[in-house]
Amino acid sequence: MSNYLFYILSFLSIFSALMVVLSRKPVHSVLYLIFCFFTIAGHYILLNAQFLAAVHIIVYAGAIMVLFLFVIMLLNLNAETEPHKPLIIKGASVVTGGMLLVVLIATFKSAAMSVSSPEFNSDLGMVESLGKVLYDQYMLPFEVSALLFLSAMVGATMIGKKEI
Amino acid sequence: MLTNRSKVVVDKQMSFVEKLYLPAIIGGLFITFKHFFRKKTTIKYPEVKRELSSVYRGQHVLKRDEQGRENCTACGLCAVACPAEAITMTAAERKPGEEKLYREEKYASVYEINMLRCIFCGLCEEACPKEAIFLTDRIVASDFERGGFIYGKDKLVEPVDNDKRIDLSGRLQAHRKLNS
Amino acid sequence: MEVADLIFKVIFVLAVFGISLLVAMYSTYAERKVAAFFQDRLGPNRAGPFGILQPLADGVKMFMKEEIIPTNSDKALFILGPSIAMLTACMTGVVIPWGNSLIINGKEFVMQITDVNIGILYIFGVVSIGVYGIMIGGWASNNKFSLLGSLRASSQMISYELAMGMSIIAIVMMSGTLSVREIVLGQPGGHWNVLYQPLGFLLFFICALAETNRTPFDLPECETELVGGYHTEYSSMKLGFYLFAEYINMFISSAVIVCLYFGGYNFPFIESLGLSHNVVSLLGTGIFFIKIFFFIFVFMWIRWTIPRFRYDQLMRVGWKVLLPLAVLNIVITAIVLLWKNDLFSLNF
Repeated sequence: MSNYLFYILSFLSIFSALMVVLSRKPVHSVLYLIFCFFTIAGHYILLNAQFLAAVHIIVYAGAIMVLFLFVIMLLNLNAETEPHKPLIIKGASVVTGGMLLVVLIATFKSAAMSVSSPEFNSDLGMVESLGKVLYDQYMLPFEVSALLFLSAMVGATMIGKKEI
Repeated sequence: MLTNRSKVVVDKQMSFVEKLYLPAIIGGLFITFKHFFRKKTTIKYPEVKRELSSVYRGQHVLKRDEQGRENCTACGLCAVACPAEAITMTAAERKPGEEKLYREEKYASVYEINMLRCIFCGLCEEACPKEAIFLTDRIVASDFERGGFIYGKDKLVEPVDNDKRIDLSGRLQAHRKLNS
Repeated sequence: MEVADLIFKVIFVLAVFGISLLVAMYSTYAERKVAAFFQDRLGPNRAGPFGILQPLADGVKMFMKEEIIPTNSDKALFILGPSIAMLTACMTGVVIPWGNSLIINGKEFVMQITDVNIGILYIFGVVSIGVYGIMIGGWASNNKFSLLGSLRASSQMISYELAMGMSIIAIVMMSGTLSVREIVLGQPGGHWNVLYQPLGFLLFFICALAETNRTPFDLPECETELVGGYHTEYSSMKLGFYLFAEYINMFISSAVIVCLYFGGYNFPFIESLGLSHNVVSLLGTGIFFIKIFFFIFVFMWIRWTIPRFRYDQLMRVGWKVLLPLAVLNIVITAIVLLWKNDLFSLNF
């Protein structure tokens, strides 16, 4: 059952990721990206990481992508207004992308596929275990990243203010 | 009491409680809640009708006399009096044998009121020397076409049958009371 | 999963779906009636006794109307918009515990579609997706008013989501769980969370008004400025979907408010009645619905009392009043919890 779900979700996520690049209208690209996030959240749920899935949807699909959509709607980008790119740029991008692909394939080939260990705990992705790990084992990095967010918030407020 | 409700505008700082706005909002909620139980002002129209004034000016009628003859002699005073120029008529001479239909030797062969132009001022009624045209408490019906609002004699002249006549006694009485 | 379980789940899912649609349908009728009563009128009273059949007549009208898709619109997205709005509206009911459990033939059936252990986050995620329905619909209409309406809607919903989440966190801290059912179980009898979290409730309620785009936060569709807002170009049942989604959202957010702050299906003196488990459960469900209907009424009451905000006021209230208050609420809750559990004496 979950095997089939995995294949369906994988197909959908790869398809939507491709459509992000291939679709002509920027708004469609953003919507495909949102759909892609959803399928990835589905993968998280398959891994029993419900908390991660929910947060992923709230933060990425619910907040960040809305701002993306905002900007693109306001810029009013259309397929017609997209500037025609010269052939040399297209060629260069194909070459760069191909090189990236080669590098990725090389890395994945050398990396050994990690088989799920027998003591795999299915409750690992639950809120309780996640919270315990975050506040015990990774206390310092967690607090440091919280500080980082605080400074980012202060910075945003400073930018937002007209006069300081 | 109604006129005594003016308040002098004071440009003072709001107190903390006022700044919360919550007391004001809750007060407003209670005002609307009181209205929830008030007596409703709706009149359920086709079943219950609002009482019209006895001198209400609605759709016109062209009267007949007691013997069923049309009063109108097509003098044209109503058309002259009409500020909206809604009345048109064509006069015709009464032929021998038509004495039962028309009271005088001259009558209106065509008499049309454009109800879209009419402002229901009642000046035609006042201008009429023959007591032929009156406004009644009937309401002009709606229609889908503009043409439907040009009322000819078929709609304006009252029926000949005595029991289908349009009763204007109350209206005339009220008028008399107003004039005296 | 056993067959009995499966059958119960299927029936229950259909029941929840049907009931939320039915309640939404009659909310439209109730809205018109309540509005009329607040304005000293009678409201719809022609279709059936007291106008009870009015929603059916409205539905027939919506279905019979001409379907118009603007020429220069993005056709696929134009249809997708109301679909998403409707979908997200219907999805939230899944994690709400509609009642305690029923015992049939010695087997316990929980009256909840699924008890996800991150129930609140799920509600939150679905609500945050609800923006897309409005945004996509407004943009795809290719109309300035629609676009402005959808932009307003999305910025408003993002802003108020934050304060809403913050006010929920205080509840989560108190009950120590993210599952809606366990939160409800944590407030037995009359020990409702609202007694301990009055500020949190107020914040959550205001944010719920904003999230459902109800007055005084109905700027996305304010007719004096934006014609119809994001649904200016919509007609027929697609418009119906948008309007319907609003009422389902209202129903669901009332249910969430009741679950989080008003004890869900719990009611005082629940044990002293001495009734059997099943009867108490069904009674609890009835009480739950009475509480929900009360909140739907309050939503309408507020709509016909308070005028709408100006846009800058809306943003100021969201960011400068509600959000700091929510943070304050969290801090107070944390301090009280630490003090109650005597954790100050611990050495870290």
